[in-house]
Amino acid sequence: MTPLAAFLIVAALVFAIGLAISLTRRNAILVLIGIELMLNAANLNLIAFWRFGPHPEALTGMMFAIFSIAVAAAEAAVGLGLAIAYHRSKKTTDLDAMTRMKG
Amino acid sequence: MIFGLSVVFVLTSILTVAGALAAALLKNLVHCALSLTVTFAGLALLYLQLDAQFAGFSQILVYIGAVAILVVFAILLTRGSGIPEYRSYSSSWLAGVAIAAGVFALLAWAVVTSLPASPASAAPQVSVQQIGQALMSGYVLPLEIVAVLLTVALIGAVIVAMPEASKGDAK
Repeated sequence: MTPLAAFLIVAALVFAIGLAISLTRRNAILVLIGIELMLNAANLNLIAFWRFGPHPEALTGMMFAIFSIAVAAAEAAVGLGLAIAYHRSKKTTDLDAMTRMKG
Repeated sequence: MIFGLSVVFVLTSILTVAGALAAALLKNLVHCALSLTVTFAGLALLYLQLDAQFAGFSQILVYIGAVAILVVFAILLTRGSGIPEYRSYSSSWLAGVAIAAGVFALLAWAVVTSLPASPASAAPQVSVQQIGQALMSGYVLPLEIVAVLLTVALIGAVIVAMPEASKGDAK
């Protein structure tokens, strides 16, 4: 197995576990955790392709991963803020009980 | 060497995947957040093995330093610690696991069958200075857009999570 394939398999495992968390857990915060895991798996793919690609000195994949980390941080802040706001008004984080978002 | 892979890589990938699995399986949400931190640390170690030092240390700073703390705060503010009052898994968990397994099988099949045997390239010499110069020259516009996005997202998160003004004021 080449190193690139090994990194991609690890990233695919992390992505699948994140997807499973998002699809099966009922707590809204855990679903956000699953989304973070999927974003991280994508970042690992980007950096692995950057490292084993033909032109690693061009820095393109690395830059993509850094910007992706910044966007994921913004997404986490907004998502957790929404979860806290929902809990404040409805006193639950159960996704099955979240049927409407309006006040 | 195990299957042609270095022992360090095998250990870090096992740590990463085990942390993610623990986040998926544990009942207590605080334990989930802590195992998520283990996964983030494992991914940072994998970045370091890929000679991406800057990305590895940004991963540690942003994910372990900020996102994990945010998740713990959100769990504690929503009283999610301890055993939850409702069941942890949705009623359609079997379909979710099946979809995730299918996605993993597809990705693994694509990786194993389609990759050419890549020659082992030398480690690229990338300094933080080069990254800074690239950010300030070729990637200036994306950098500014990300700056605006982060500002808007943080202000938006504060406004969304702010306690609402009492309902009587508006009327």
